[in-house]
Amino acid sequence: MNLHGIRAIYLYEMARAWRTLAQSIASPILSTSLYFVVFGAAIGSRMGAIDGISYGAFIIPGLLMLSLLSESISNASFGIYFPKFTGTIYEILSAPISALEIVLGFVGAAASKSVILGALILATARLFVDYEIAHPFWMVAFLLLTAVTFSLFGFIIGLWADDFQKLQIIPLMVIMPLTFLGGAFYSIDMLPEPWQTISLFNPVVYLISGFRWSFYGVADVNVLTSFGMVCFFLFVCLLMVAWIFRTGYRLKN
Amino acid sequence: MRQPNTDTPPSKQAVISIRGIGKTYASGHQALKSIDLDIRPGEIFALLGPNGAGKTTLINIVCGTVTPSNGTVCVNGFDIQQDYRQARAQIGLVPQELLTGAFESVEATVRFSRGLFGKPPSPATLEKILRQLSLWDKREARVMTLSGGMKRRLLIAKALSHEPRVLFLDEPTAGVDVELRRDMWAMVRQLREQGVTIILTTHYIEEAEEMADRIGVINQGEIIVVEEKQALMNQLGKKQLVLTLVSSLTVVPSELASYPLELSADGYTLIYTFDAQKEHNQIPELLRHLAVLGIDFRDLHSRESSLEDIFVNLIATGGSL
Repeated sequence: MNLHGIRAIYLYEMARAWRTLAQSIASPILSTSLYFVVFGAAIGSRMGAIDGISYGAFIIPGLLMLSLLSESISNASFGIYFPKFTGTIYEILSAPISALEIVLGFVGAAASKSVILGALILATARLFVDYEIAHPFWMVAFLLLTAVTFSLFGFIIGLWADDFQKLQIIPLMVIMPLTFLGGAFYSIDMLPEPWQTISLFNPVVYLISGFRWSFYGVADVNVLTSFGMVCFFLFVCLLMVAWIFRTGYRLKN
Repeated sequence: MRQPNTDTPPSKQAVISIRGIGKTYASGHQALKSIDLDIRPGEIFALLGPNGAGKTTLINIVCGTVTPSNGTVCVNGFDIQQDYRQARAQIGLVPQELLTGAFESVEATVRFSRGLFGKPPSPATLEKILRQLSLWDKREARVMTLSGGMKRRLLIAKALSHEPRVLFLDEPTAGVDVELRRDMWAMVRQLREQGVTIILTTHYIEEAEEMADRIGVINQGEIIVVEEKQALMNQLGKKQLVLTLVSSLTVVPSELASYPLELSADGYTLIYTFDAQKEHNQIPELLRHLAVLGIDFRDLHSRESSLEDIFVNLIATGGSL
């Protein structure tokens, strides 16, 4: 195994995050803080508790998931798209490094950045609202699995995209609406039918529900179903990446 | 589509052994037909060919960035597909275009290349390479701030960072000024002295003539000639004797019909073409004949056909010698 190669890609990608600190860390923390101010402190103070949890605390897992999904996709997609765009991908393709090792380097770095960001957002949330984590092990498991899965998904988007518009279209036009409609700001129980049933087709519902359960012990859907869904997404993304590298899709020729 | 040439096994002496390599793109364009080529250890091999001949495709196949449609390539006995790790670890590639990052430092990008090729960090090697390429003073500069010539040298530094045995230089001096081109030639020779095998593609015939030990000519996806540079020039090279006359002629006199002579349009230059390889070139007889006919000349000089003349001729005749 080319461990030096994995390390080189990982460190290179992490260095990119430090070079663009304002964009990769400060900006998501600022936008999440604004959500806390507006929805948590201002509007939240006039809203009743949901499942016995104050509204400010209730939205923490959803907001964290919103940042986690968008930043994982954005970091990983840009990480692989930029070398394709500039042509420097030739170096990676001509190196003695396997597809798996390339994925470990890029996705590992993107997921690491997301986990660091998640921890910073949690720390920031503490400044605005009190919250507790009922199941820390599950919280970390959901955080890690989601970061890895959506970094993989971002990597796939980065490979697929052949212009900057395609790079942005999935995070903005698909992930963002699914997250807003996935119970980030409300409980699915609050929706009338048929929207409640329709929501169950939104995969992000399972992510947010499971994650919220790890904080407060309450969930819209069974936590094992949520966990199973995250593992299923991970598996699908792994299959897609394996296919891309086996066929050389958008990489060679 | 031709099948790989299975009759000729990969050469054990060759550092790179190419057998029956063909490439047809999804568009149907056949970039390479069936290439057989051996590169010897420690040589400078120049691959010449017009635009679209297949030079870059062939290099990209050996380096792993393009998948061949058929055929095999071995690098020091390692198959580029089955043993891609061992094969690729021995190769450095300097691409034709200035494909560099933008925001990272020179030092960081060279360190990245070394790691990518599976080598542990080595500040001493990095310093040696950057000094050799006159980039040491720029090691902390962002890549985007470098000039075109510096970026070209940076690409070479990246390709050398993992200490490869074989270096591919795809049009290394395209768009590079004369001084830098000379520097680069000197550096390539220095690398050869260190035991690195160098394969370069070039449009500049002068470059191949100056540097190469052997020359391959590729045209329309086929290698039409592979020969020692000197042998190629000797075999195909023609010499000319150019006489500047005192008085102009209207036609070549019939008494001189047995000599292959050409008269310039203004009638003041007589050109005698002869085979450089032949022991007897008939120049003394021609000069005596001219004296007898009272044709005086005020200057004479001889010239050899350049590699460029040979190349143009080869392409025009489809490789027939």
